[in-house]
Amino acid sequence: MAAKSHANPSQATIAVRQPGQDNASRLILVGLGLAAAVAAPFVLYPVFVMKVLCFALFACAFNLLIGFAGLLSFGHAAFFGGAAYITAHAAKVWGLSPEISILLGTAFAGLLGLAVGALAIRRQGIYFAMITLALSQMVFFMALQLKFTGGEDGIQGVPRGHLFGAIDLNDPLAMYYFVLAVFLIGFALIWRTVHSPFGQVLKAIRENEPRAISLGYRTERYKLLAFVLSASLAGLAGGTKSLVFQLASLTDVTWQMSGEVVLMTLLGGMGTLFGPVVGAGIVVTLESYLAGTNLPVPVVIGAIFVVCVLVFRRGIVGELQALMARRRKA
Amino acid sequence: MFDVLGVPPQVLFGQLLLGLINGSFYALLSLGLAVIFGMLNVINFAHGALYMIGAFVAWLLLNKLGLGYWWALGLSPLVVAAVGVVLEKTMLSRLYKLDHLYGLLLTFGLALIFEGAFRHLYGVSGQPYPIPDLLKGGQNLGFMFLPNYRGWVVVASLVVCLGTWFAIERTRLGAYLRAATENPVLVQAFGINVPVMITATYGFGVALAGLAGVLAAPIYQVSPLMGTNLIIVVFAVVVIGGMGSILGAILTGLGLGLLEGLTKVFYPEASNIVVFVVMAIVLLIKPAGLFGRER
Repeated sequence: MAAKSHANPSQATIAVRQPGQDNASRLILVGLGLAAAVAAPFVLYPVFVMKVLCFALFACAFNLLIGFAGLLSFGHAAFFGGAAYITAHAAKVWGLSPEISILLGTAFAGLLGLAVGALAIRRQGIYFAMITLALSQMVFFMALQLKFTGGEDGIQGVPRGHLFGAIDLNDPLAMYYFVLAVFLIGFALIWRTVHSPFGQVLKAIRENEPRAISLGYRTERYKLLAFVLSASLAGLAGGTKSLVFQLASLTDVTWQMSGEVVLMTLLGGMGTLFGPVVGAGIVVTLESYLAGTNLPVPVVIGAIFVVCVLVFRRGIVGELQALMARRRKA
Repeated sequence: MFDVLGVPPQVLFGQLLLGLINGSFYALLSLGLAVIFGMLNVINFAHGALYMIGAFVAWLLLNKLGLGYWWALGLSPLVVAAVGVVLEKTMLSRLYKLDHLYGLLLTFGLALIFEGAFRHLYGVSGQPYPIPDLLKGGQNLGFMFLPNYRGWVVVASLVVCLGTWFAIERTRLGAYLRAATENPVLVQAFGINVPVMITATYGFGVALAGLAGVLAAPIYQVSPLMGTNLIIVVFAVVVIGGMGSILGAILTGLGLGLLEGLTKVFYPEASNIVVFVVMAIVLLIKPAGLFGRER
């Protein structure tokens, strides 16, 4: 986005801290959300909710870059899918426990993010998007050709194993609460990052990078750290997903997957904390609904993309926040 | 016959020719991307999908209307240009005041729609397209056999690329275009209709993609998936070359195509990723691209 992002009206009205009363109502909302998440597996199909949670974390990780640092990565599938392969391999072939497998996948995604990020931050704006896209396509071709990824078949039949050697994750409820815990940890980390001094510097870079540089910040380092953090969290989501579905496959590293996470974030609201969660919920629900119909999924996804960009750039949560801000003024 | 590092010359030159053909497509597509980006500040993700549509229009003309290759060569780019003009007028033109990234996101959505629609209608398997009678057969050059059609594709792409270079760098219209790229407000003040020029530029840029699609139809099969995988490689080509220079885009495209061909001969496993590796190296050494200026 570089220096021109301050001309972007859709992102100018985010992350305003409200005092007193709003904090109380916000706490109530968070409490309600948590209660809903705890109760969800008794109402909905647990695997479905787990899928939503994994993609929600993936989208939140992506949003950390685009929404708070102004960097559009078009290659986040490489981290999501790459970590899924490593986690699946560690759990199935090396027989490691689920938590270690996921951590290995996350660490791999972080390292990959370090390499990709170091190259990509050398250019700005759309070049950044094109470089991340090209490098993730490279990861795709490697996943297609390397032996351990299983080519077109992927890694199937990944064992969920026992968490900390004690809790059997083959029990759907245990698995669900494990995934929920992973999501909450990831989300809390993002929340903490955004509200830290580091997060403030990221926002400064998003709004006006030359100015941040002139204030003495080494923006390259901040951008790289944000990139690695985002990639690691995307990896955490991907690794967890490979245990949920007991499968790591090429689908997770395609450019379509990178596009999907962009859509989730755009639809929910870029630069809002809860937007990506809402967006992921809608897109996953929509896809599972469309799978039962004759409608071609990419066309519908593409159409939502076009509508969002043309008339709905703030996204659902962004529009709601703008609406509430207007009410408060009136 | 002599061998090059244990590779028979027919194989080597055959792959180099295929590389040159791929390179011609990279050149045509990255040229279109560069022209569009210069004028609209939009990276056209739908470029690959429009290339695919160009090939499909040729296939439909042949199978539904009985119009052959030479008709397609003229009509298909026009159809694609018309689609482009409609897209620009109805959608892209609303985004010019916003961040450039929205143009990328919009055209990404359009690419998904086009590709998904053609997949839904025609499936993923490719449709064959015959080589026109006039260009069947080939020449024996002594060191290799050159199929006429492949020679034609390389020559035709080069002529179109150089023609575009001439039109932009050496004609009055091209001068207006370059001026409007630098400072559209000032050019408009001189009485030149810049919005029309922007629309025409987009139409022309995507017409180049449509033309590449027709040229590609007899070599590769006509398939809904032919565009998007190609466009990602072209993005890497654009990053490597930088979008500052037209001749640079042409040279980079051809050079990378040849390099890909060479990799196919000597280390086939890496042929899919060699362009991306070159991109990474160029980013380390000269981030602005081989022919680019930092902007």
